Amino acid sequence: MADGPVQARGLRKRFGEFEAVRGIDVDVAQGEVFGFLGPNGAGKSSTMRMIACVSPRSDGTLQVLGLDPDLQGPRIRARIGVVPQQDNLDNELTVRENLEIYGRYFGLSRRHVKARAAELLEFAQLTERADDAVEPLSGGMKRRLTIARSLVNDPELLLLDEPTTGLDPQARHLLWERLYQLKRRGVTQIITTHYMDEAEQLCDRLVVMDGGLIVAEGTPAELIRRWAGREVVELRFLPERRPSVAELEPHVDRVEELPDRVLLYTSDGEAAQSAVHRAGLRPESALVRRSTLEDVFLRLTGRTLVD
Amino acid sequence: MTLADPPRLPVLVRLLPAGSYAGRSRMLLLRSATAARRTWLVILSGFAEPVFYLIAMGAGLGSLVGSLPGPDGVPISYAAFIAPGLLAASAMNGAVFDSTFNVFFKLRHSKLYDAMLATPLGPVDIALGEIGWALLRGGLYASGFLTVMAVAGLLTSPWALLALPAALLVAFAFAAVGMAATSFMRSWQDFDLVTLAVLPMFLFATTFFPLSVYPRWLQLVVECLPLFHAVELMRGLTTGVVHLGLLGHLAYFVVMALIGLAVAGRRLGALLLR
Amino acid sequence: MDLVGSGRVESGGRAYAPGRVHGVLLVVEHFWRWYRRNWRATAVSSVLQPLLFLLAFGVGFGSLLAAGPDGGARAAEATGGAPYLVWLAPALLAMSAVQSAAFESTYPVLSGFKWQRIYFAMTATPVSGAQVALGHLTWVGCKMLLTGGIYVVIIALFGGVASAGILGSLLAAVLAGAAVASLITAFAATREDEGTAFNAIFRFVIVPMTLFSGTFFPVDRLPGWAQPVAWISPLWHGTELARAAALGGLAPGGWALVGVHVAYLLVLLAVGVWLAMRLFTRRLAL
Repeated sequence: MADGPVQARGLRKRFGEFEAVRGIDVDVAQGEVFGFLGPNGAGKSSTMRMIACVSPRSDGTLQVLGLDPDLQGPRIRARIGVVPQQDNLDNELTVRENLEIYGRYFGLSRRHVKARAAELLEFAQLTERADDAVEPLSGGMKRRLTIARSLVNDPELLLLDEPTTGLDPQARHLLWERLYQLKRRGVTQIITTHYMDEAEQLCDRLVVMDGGLIVAEGTPAELIRRWAGREVVELRFLPERRPSVAELEPHVDRVEELPDRVLLYTSDGEAAQSAVHRAGLRPESALVRRSTLEDVFLRLTGRTLVD
Repeated sequence: MTLADPPRLPVLVRLLPAGSYAGRSRMLLLRSATAARRTWLVILSGFAEPVFYLIAMGAGLGSLVGSLPGPDGVPISYAAFIAPGLLAASAMNGAVFDSTFNVFFKLRHSKLYDAMLATPLGPVDIALGEIGWALLRGGLYASGFLTVMAVAGLLTSPWALLALPAALLVAFAFAAVGMAATSFMRSWQDFDLVTLAVLPMFLFATTFFPLSVYPRWLQLVVECLPLFHAVELMRGLTTGVVHLGLLGHLAYFVVMALIGLAVAGRRLGALLLR
Repeated sequence: MDLVGSGRVESGGRAYAPGRVHGVLLVVEHFWRWYRRNWRATAVSSVLQPLLFLLAFGVGFGSLLAAGPDGGARAAEATGGAPYLVWLAPALLAMSAVQSAAFESTYPVLSGFKWQRIYFAMTATPVSGAQVALGHLTWVGCKMLLTGGIYVVIIALFGGVASAGILGSLLAAVLAGAAVASLITAFAATREDEGTAFNAIFRFVIVPMTLFSGTFFPVDRLPGWAQPVAWISPLWHGTELARAAALGGLAPGGWALVGVHVAYLLVLLAVGVWLAMRLFTRRLAL
């Protein structure tokens, strides 16, 4: 892993008094999809901006594609693709022109960008809208165009900041499929997200960030096994019938209380549910499900990802 | 496929902060020109406003005033008096509009510059590219207006040909300062300050009447305004009253452009690369 | 506290559908509340801008005329003997009303439909689309009256007021402004985005209108081909009315002309209001 595309040691970012990133170590391997999972304000976007060479680091070391962003910013940016959190497409240009002009910013020849734009329109399923204005496109289409644009320079490393936030489920699945195709072509991807399902779907490996620090690291399966256990029973009680944690604890590995429900972590959900029932507790509703990264996050930080 | 490395850069440019200039500002011109293909009518129409002013004020107010003393004291028609003033004012207005409202929109709303900085382009490429486009437009308007003046018989000297490059210099200086000012703006409300700077200059910097209407102390204030120097420069050239003093007006704009550019490049970098 | 209907309703706590006029007033109240917090934002364009024009042309240019070799004789002939400042002031009143009317009816209207979507929020309550249109126009009228009133005081301070007739000028200015506001509001209601249409309106309608409507000099000083521009310009009709009110001394048959000016502006206003109400209703119907 010594010469992976991104290596950070003790990386920090301060904005005046506020420290957004408080000393993190990151190693991204060639060809993998690496995720930063965490709630808003965890420091994910600040980290991404430092890796994208548009935000100088405050402290620590950072190597992107073997180069130092502070000294070689333009050289690095020539070899990476960036999908920002909010689409910043050029509304004064058509869909096709957005790709072609953007390619020209990389110093690519007119002929090359023309051919590349045609390929990318196909990839983003926007060929039919190629000569339309950007403004009337749907949210999903704009997102696909932004991703297509980030690929115009055939990047070795792709940075995606919250790629599917605000999209409807269908558009999300289409995007995930496109990103999977890129992974199969060997493009290294770094993704930030606050959706655990997205992280589980896309990421080979991820870190959980909270308050500017990395609180856990591993594959999604490892993280779930280590921090959440196999299954969860979600119970809802009427306020006056809600039992104390002490009443529930004997039946399971661990109990988490949320404002509207109680979560029981266990290796066997069905068994735990029966045990609770036998103990004379009567929940309004009960649901047994697999543990997810959401549970990992709750365990690590005591908070939920999406409020 | 290999990506072209940024071209080798001249020594002066290497003094800029690392990565702030990739020598590709012409790609912003390409971008603006592509966008302008669909709005060329609007862009062309920018030429209309000073012409409307010239027709209305030249004929209307001219009928009230008669003639006025020109730069050398020889009387000239009111239209010949205000035409160079309008030329200078339109160079200012166009450059200021492009470098403030348009730049602010791309900086804060459409986040266009953020998108550009994700490529090898740097803040200096952006500043130069945007100012360059403002100048192309300004040059177009100035040529158009000079043509109108020629047709109306308001150009009496071959020196008037130099009014075009002079207008470009004036526009450059205003655009540089405008862009520097924009980098300090926090919201659209701050743009009232732009109006507050531009409109009084348009109305009072001897565009429509000579300096002699003011008491001496006010004359001194007006003589400090950039548009006053632009108007003097243009009026000297279009009426053919050329003297060494015009070089002083030129120097004013060279200094203004350099200061504006230095501040704009630095501030844009600080804003965009946080 | 109960958040969901408890059955108990205090006085004033029950929602109801407003009457015809009341609905309009509710919309006006909304704009007024916004304005009370944000009036500084528009102070420059609505008060300072006309003041600068008054200083530049009324005072500066006026003194140039008086100091001319003919002692201002040519100018006096054009103004019917009145000092240039006094002659110009009522026309500037009309000009600034029309300019602010045009501005208030372009971007803010589009914003109500598109960016802030405040009109949709209003019609989600019992207020109707037509009431929103009327409310907007009433508000623009109130604002013109307010800033115009301030402008009158400023003009008086500079010695530009000849008689109390200037109050009639203020009404004429508001009438011309309202006619322009209603037509442009109707147009803005048809726009999906600002595109180039608003720019074109300012560049090819508002700016020429302010230059060719006899504000700074009598219309007969224009080249012959440009004079008909004035006749269709609402600003010209408003300017003629404002000047007649401020300077008095109507020529024989003057009242008939006043009637024509007023009638023209009223017709424009009626057409504009009707169109605006229809277009608002159509666009706000979900």
